[in-house]
Amino acid sequence: MSLFDYLNAQGDRLLGLAIEHAQIVIVSVSISTVIGVLLGVLTYRTNGPRYVALGVTGIFLTIPSFALFGLLIGPLGLGATPAIVALVMYGLLPIVRNTIVGLRSVDPAVVESAQGMGMGRYRRLLRIELPLAWPVIVTGIRVAAVIIVGIAAIAAVVNGPGLGKDIFRALARVGTPTAIPQALSAVLGIIIIAILIDLAFMVVARLTTSRGIRT
Amino acid sequence: MTTSAATNGGESMISLQQLTKVFPGQAKPAVEGLDMEIPAGEIVVLVGPSGCGKTTTMRLINRLIEPTSGRIILEGEDVTKVNPDKLRRRIGYVIQQIGLFPHQTISDNIATVPRMLGWDEKRIKARVDELLAIVGLDPEAYRGRYPKQLSGGQRQRAGVARALSADPPVMLMDEPFGAIDPITRDRLQNEFLRVQQTIRKTIIFVTHDIDEAIKMGDRIAILREGSQIAQYDTPERILSAPADDFVADFVGAGASLKRLNLSLVRDVEMVQWPTVGIHDSRAAVLAALRASDKGAALVLDDQRRPVRWVSARDLGREDMPLSDVGLPAEAIVQPNATLADALNEMLQSRYGCAIVVDHTGAHLGTVDFATVSAAIQEMRRDARDRSRAEADQLHVADAAGA
Ligand SMILES: Nc1ncnc2c1ncn2[C@@H]1O[C@H](COP(=O)(O)OP(=O)(O)OP(=O)(O)O)[C@@H](O)[C@H]1O
Ligand SMILES: [Mg+2]
Repeated sequence: MSLFDYLNAQGDRLLGLAIEHAQIVIVSVSISTVIGVLLGVLTYRTNGPRYVALGVTGIFLTIPSFALFGLLIGPLGLGATPAIVALVMYGLLPIVRNTIVGLRSVDPAVVESAQGMGMGRYRRLLRIELPLAWPVIVTGIRVAAVIIVGIAAIAAVVNGPGLGKDIFRALARVGTPTAIPQALSAVLGIIIIAILIDLAFMVVARLTTSRGIRT
Repeated sequence: MTTSAATNGGESMISLQQLTKVFPGQAKPAVEGLDMEIPAGEIVVLVGPSGCGKTTTMRLINRLIEPTSGRIILEGEDVTKVNPDKLRRRIGYVIQQIGLFPHQTISDNIATVPRMLGWDEKRIKARVDELLAIVGLDPEAYRGRYPKQLSGGQRQRAGVARALSADPPVMLMDEPFGAIDPITRDRLQNEFLRVQQTIRKTIIFVTHDIDEAIKMGDRIAILREGSQIAQYDTPERILSAPADDFVADFVGAGASLKRLNLSLVRDVEMVQWPTVGIHDSRAAVLAALRASDKGAALVLDDQRRPVRWVSARDLGREDMPLSDVGLPAEAIVQPNATLADALNEMLQSRYGCAIVVDHTGAHLGTVDFATVSAAIQEMRRDARDRSRAEADQLHVADAAGA
């Protein structure tokens, strides 16, 4: 059976899986962004906490994905929950790191003039520092999203949703005529999702970055 | 004694009392026991070598740095302990690097403090346009631009406009015209002085350029290491009666020449060279020349504007009109020119004098080298007299105290 025939026959089911896949990625990236930006904002000014945040989120990324998903079955069982938790952990490093780098590269003169005009800490962060660091932060989120799209395929080991299911089914049936097209179509789907997410981020980054700092 | 000029000025807007800052881990204070009165409506220039504590002093005043000890009094109120954000909204601050917000338009930059103060948008917009016009930026063209779309000089102007936005009584300006070319810098200085004529803010202005200090300052504080006041005085007195060698060194050579920047042509006595009308007869010109001790007469047109210099020798050619003989009348200055400008013109003129005209170009008189030299003598004598008078007062006070 060719890939084309397979897509023809299984198109609707594949589309359903792809949507599931995209959904779990979007949910995970969103949670990762909230936690990651928060961690970055809380730690960028102090050395100790900053090293801890970067170190710990860096370690997450080095844990093999099979192992991490497996480890989470104990406390969280099977399904979407352990999948999302693991994906959030994988997305943290790029977001935390870029938030810290972005905030630390804001021109100190700009911060001083904001402070000198009587802008409080909170307002300064929201109105000046975060908008200026935003292009760098968005890049971090984009990298996290692309990493998560790939790793989400492994979520099938904990019975998570998405295109990973098809890859694992195909692997279990190696040798049967539909095994190869099934695996290929799932991989193709993942690549397409990754490209779409990448494009979406480019548009979002452009729309959310002030014209004054666009390059 | 060196701070006497400060106390006999207007009412004090800012008063620094024993202000001291020791940075953590440093043995020597960056600012040590600074006492200073800043009179309302004046420009006080802090000038001194790099690292002497000028910026630190400014940042202490708006509490970007908390003082180790001492007090800051603003408009009679002790602000050493008040909410620093509220305090800063009453003090305009221009830093050397300007620090415009790159992600905001010029209009939003300028609107920063008014927005925090809760002005309504209509009032803010009117204020932004007013300020842009004041600093010489066309509101139509510039309000919607981003800082990166402005030249260095235009950014400086926008920075000044932003500091003025909520009409603060006090402005702190840390080398506001630092990093720009001399010509633009000169223009910005002049424009700023013109604006100050009407807004009459109390301004603390930092520079390490003594010439800029002399030009901008109503008073100058020359600081040494640790923000110690070496002399706090008017520019005239700093130039003519430096308190000690440190000040004299800092003012540098050419103090007399610099002083010429402080006197205007209108303040000195003009010399009258003979003048004749452009249609006058040869005989009339000769008579005018003979009646004076000068070697040439100035020919004026019907609007009394200087046209030519003519000497007795130039009158030989009977056939030529007065407007063609002699030398063209050059080296023309207005009464608001400085003596330095006038001197510069004189040096290039044939008769060693500059012609003074009013704003319509009509002749008022001339100034020459003798005028300039007399003005210098007088300034020097004034300064000496005042120093002596103060010394006497001090003696009297000592005697009374004893
Ligand atoms: N935040 C800081 N922490 C520690 N030391 C500081 C700090 N800011 C300034 N200093 C020190 O205080 C002294 C005075 O510095 P300041 O910036 O006030 O000098 P300045 O007169 O403005 O010099 P310049 O003309 O170079 O701008 C210097 O010795 C400087 O190293
Ligand atoms: Mg400085």
